[in-house]
Amino acid sequence: MSNGFTPVVPGSTLGAESAAPATPKQIAHRGGAMNPSADAIRDRFPGAVVRAAVVWGETTVVVDRARAHDIIQWLHDDLAQRYDYLSDVTAVEFRDLEQPLEVVWHLRSLPFRRFLRVKVLIERGSALEVPSVWDVYRSADWLERECYDMFGIRFAGHPDLRRLLMWEQYKEGYPLRKDFPLRGRFSRSEQLRQALAANPEARYSKDELSIADAFEDLPDDMKRRLGTGERTGE
Amino acid sequence: MATTKRTVDVELSTTGLDAQGRPRRVPLVVDESGSPVAVEAPPSIEPELEGEHMLINIGPQHPATHGVLRLVLELDGETVVRCIPHIGYLHCGFEKIGEYRQYNQIIPWTDREDYLNSPGNNVAFALGAERLFGIEITERCTVLRVMACEMSRMISHLVWLGTTCIDIGAFTPFLWAFQQREKVYEILEAWIGARLTTTLTRVGGMGADLPDGALEQLNAFVQGFPKVLDEIDRVVTRNGIWVGRTVGLGAMSPDEAVNYGLSGPMLRASGVAYDVRRDFPYLDYETYDFDVPVGTHGDVYDRYLVRMEELRQSNRILAQAIKRLPDGPVNVDDHRVILPPKSKATSDMESMIHHFKQVMEGPRPPIGEAYVAVESPKGEKGYYMVSDGSSKPVRWRIRPPSFVNLSAIPRMVEGHLLSDVIAINASIDIVMGEIDR
Repeated sequence: MSNGFTPVVPGSTLGAESAAPATPKQIAHRGGAMNPSADAIRDRFPGAVVRAAVVWGETTVVVDRARAHDIIQWLHDDLAQRYDYLSDVTAVEFRDLEQPLEVVWHLRSLPFRRFLRVKVLIERGSALEVPSVWDVYRSADWLERECYDMFGIRFAGHPDLRRLLMWEQYKEGYPLRKDFPLRGRFSRSEQLRQALAANPEARYSKDELSIADAFEDLPDDMKRRLGTGERTGE
Repeated sequence: MATTKRTVDVELSTTGLDAQGRPRRVPLVVDESGSPVAVEAPPSIEPELEGEHMLINIGPQHPATHGVLRLVLELDGETVVRCIPHIGYLHCGFEKIGEYRQYNQIIPWTDREDYLNSPGNNVAFALGAERLFGIEITERCTVLRVMACEMSRMISHLVWLGTTCIDIGAFTPFLWAFQQREKVYEILEAWIGARLTTTLTRVGGMGADLPDGALEQLNAFVQGFPKVLDEIDRVVTRNGIWVGRTVGLGAMSPDEAVNYGLSGPMLRASGVAYDVRRDFPYLDYETYDFDVPVGTHGDVYDRYLVRMEELRQSNRILAQAIKRLPDGPVNVDDHRVILPPKSKATSDMESMIHHFKQVMEGPRPPIGEAYVAVESPKGEKGYYMVSDGSSKPVRWRIRPPSFVNLSAIPRMVEGHLLSDVIAINASIDIVMGEIDR
């Protein structure tokens, strides 16, 4: 192309001799070829890997919570790994309440065409906090906010950890937790009462109202209410 | 802020722009003889507003936000300084509901998240569930699913094309695009009985085989579709207004696009040739002959070009799928997951037990987890399912491509003009049903 543009092609570092990827067939439930990155993590971070397994052809590496950020950062930066694409961040809570909560990162290495699932276990009773990977992947921004919104897991180091899908003043808890009933924690009448009592004028956060001194232009009663920390929907 | 400079040859006849893309000066006032009269611009009376920022709110009820997206913008004059998106107005808790449903009962929910791509979502979910069950689908089913995926890609891209044309000010391509989309919907309606909420697949097979005559209908569509694309291409691609309103907007560099997790046409427009169909294939996509188009600048114009080319490639894949569609059974021969025929369920004891167990209890996958991603029209759509051995998933997670794509909107609009926000937002191809779930 005239401007010297070259597209980034996944799998380019594999060389010409590597076979083109094919649809996986007859995948075994357990076992199968493990992603070489799992052993690479073991070598680089001794003792940080709790366990590694291949389930349905996908490698899962369960790592130590305190070192998860360093491991993911290393997977991103290391030239032999190059996990440059963060597909997903989510959490899993099991019905069996003895089992720990899991935070799951789905990573892709586009140059090596690899897929890796990194997990951290949060034992019952310990703080719901894991390190944020926002500084490594910008795509973690909303994914971590959603995970916080739905599970109440705090991502330490995220610059703007607010609720995302639910409104910021939502009081019923974290919807995807197993102790959260399908219909919500509050009764329908209470939900209706809160919806009707919401102040439709106060649609902006204080942060947004600081733009253009819009706060100063508000009616006195609203200024007073917002000034005392009151927010939308209260 | 990265800026992108490029020139596109503009056809003079269609627009009010000259060859440099500047507005042509056409005299508005003429005297009696028809010759133009010089009109002086009125002296500027615009007050000096430097330093004063303005707060503006777009949405949630605004036609150009394609749903209930709300953008709070801080403006300096007409330039966007800061953009704060708010989502969640359409949140329905699909993932929570999925934890209370059997696998086949979740498929109707997948229709309703990215509702422009329902057949594609059905296929993606079924693939994920089959991985979890350890089922290998039949060959005819594989090809039928490829057809469903490509048909839904066409529907989604055509809706994107039509609505984006309207956002930017062209109405005619919208009508042409929706005419073609209607033809695809007619085939889908004949196939499964529904247009929008198709529920096309089942775990281990399809809800229905193609009806008689559908292949001919599809073939006729595939033959005629490129002509319509050429027509849209002729009207839009080198149109001065279109070019002027899309070139250089919201550009993302390849590294940045990967880091922001963009996928689908958004990522490929930035020059990263990542296509799940090519790099992590499913449904034997590696055996089809198709190209992965990439852009060079990553701006709104490139996203348009990439989507146009993807429509042509989908058409190619569809033509190959029609040719190779094999005969044979559609559903797997496994009555743990596929219902036995109704006649047998009322006459044969074993079939009746299978029928009863499946309806009352549902099939149970072994303990395990699977993340299966497909290339949806918006990008990498993944379903992550975790099973504890019961008939309902412990966790059903949707990896929504347009959610991650939209999260980069502050990066894309900041520094651009207010009117460009509409074009950039349109180029992301968002579906709020999928973003809010």
